[in-house]
Amino acid sequence: MGDNGRSTGTFRVKAGLAEMLKGGVIMDVVTPEHARIAEDSGAAAVMALERVPSDIRADGGVARMSDPTMIEGIKEAVTIPVMAKARIGHFVEAQVLEALEVDYVDESEVLTPADEANHIDKWRFKVPFVCGATNLGEALRRIAEGAAMIRTKGEAGTGNVVEAVRHMRAIQGEIRRLGSLDESELATAAKELQAPLDLVRDVAERGRLPVVNFSAGGLATPADAALMMQLGAEGVFVGSGIFKSETPAVRAAAIVEATTHFDDPERVARASRGLGAAMAGLEIGALEAPGGGGLMQHRGW
Amino acid sequence: MTAPTIGVLALQGDFEAHAAVLRRLGADPREVRTPTDLDGLDGLVIPGGESTTITLGIEREGLAEPLRALASAGTPVLGTCAGLIVLDRDHLGVLDVTTRRNAFGRQLASFEADLAIDALGGAPLHAVFIRAPWVEDRGAEVEVLAEVDGHPVAIRQGNVVAVAFHPELAEDDRLHEWLLDRAAARSASTARAEIRRVA
Repeated sequence: MGDNGRSTGTFRVKAGLAEMLKGGVIMDVVTPEHARIAEDSGAAAVMALERVPSDIRADGGVARMSDPTMIEGIKEAVTIPVMAKARIGHFVEAQVLEALEVDYVDESEVLTPADEANHIDKWRFKVPFVCGATNLGEALRRIAEGAAMIRTKGEAGTGNVVEAVRHMRAIQGEIRRLGSLDESELATAAKELQAPLDLVRDVAERGRLPVVNFSAGGLATPADAALMMQLGAEGVFVGSGIFKSETPAVRAAAIVEATTHFDDPERVARASRGLGAAMAGLEIGALEAPGGGGLMQHRGW
Repeated sequence: MTAPTIGVLALQGDFEAHAAVLRRLGADPREVRTPTDLDGLDGLVIPGGESTTITLGIEREGLAEPLRALASAGTPVLGTCAGLIVLDRDHLGVLDVTTRRNAFGRQLASFEADLAIDALGGAPLHAVFIRAPWVEDRGAEVEVLAEVDGHPVAIRQGNVVAVAFHPELAEDDRLHEWLLDRAAARSASTARAEIRRVA
């Protein structure tokens, strides 16, 4: 068979790669060496970036797409999918990442937004996008723009799982609520969610998002990963939590194990033993206080 | 007759998509994470996912030997994408093939196409290839069911069928039906043997 009748960049192959990542852990890495440690520990994919979120937070200033040389180095180091981040609304950074042939683009609030009104029109790309969301309406707006995978935002770089829990509970709760509505009530629900009616109908009918939904932002321990899985996440992103801890390789493997066996407390207990110190972590209240640096989750709408 | 119990290896990957197809066809899917989950299965699916992650999981759980034993006992097995890789000579060694990972390229090269599979009969099968492998080299016992660009992407060796694409993501259930037919035929013959033994 030749190239005739072969279609690339379809929504099915974009959303399909997210299906393949399910039940897995996607790890932030800043060097090829990190990427190899992540792969050898069982990561389902890596997120290539210059600084992990906790360092972005500490350094301040504008955070942008990573240097292409660094992304290329990580692509060469591993065989698992490589993701990379573009700023919200920065469609040229996304074009560059597509030209670099990364496997997924994360339009991410961890970087400084480039457009405060509009997200990237993701339908114009062959590369799939994952986007953050804090509630169901936000998730559905991203999907309407072409996102093929959703992750709850949480609060990146904090090592504090509280915001990840809040966002996952918000999305799951709103999905359950839609399921209880009468067909004639869905238009008003769509208006309130600020989301397209056809997607709202689809969620009400199926009781789930039309694409895979991972958890992200503040996960630092095997128990954090299992918690998010029990709350309905289909996999997890771990950013600063691994390479800012005392024993990255051991912790990475333990989080992979806890994600697979999230429903088995004995296995999560076993995975939690002897990991050394987790990343220090930050209180959300301190970030919200004057001079605290603010929350990343409020970037995007 | 009771519904056949089909295991779906659930260490990582799209095991839920397979379970949904199996449920739709009247089977009873069971997620497999540890060796005890394999007890009494009528068939097994090794799903798509990341083959490195799944392979590390198989080592961690001590699943390699029990999986090989299950396949060599004649239990029907269906592997898709990462499942094909996991079954090859370099991994479980159930299939006499070597595979090339990500053979078609990275995600941008992932594609959908209609695939003629004579062994299934009827219309071409709509196949979804995601960072897909192909079969690089194969032994004499391996039958090629379909090729793309001259490379085998669907093969059968005895009770094992493995494909480089994802039938669980399309609406064509014929490969899962094959698995269930094989499972039913095998349990019928096991039942006959049991009757002979008792008699």
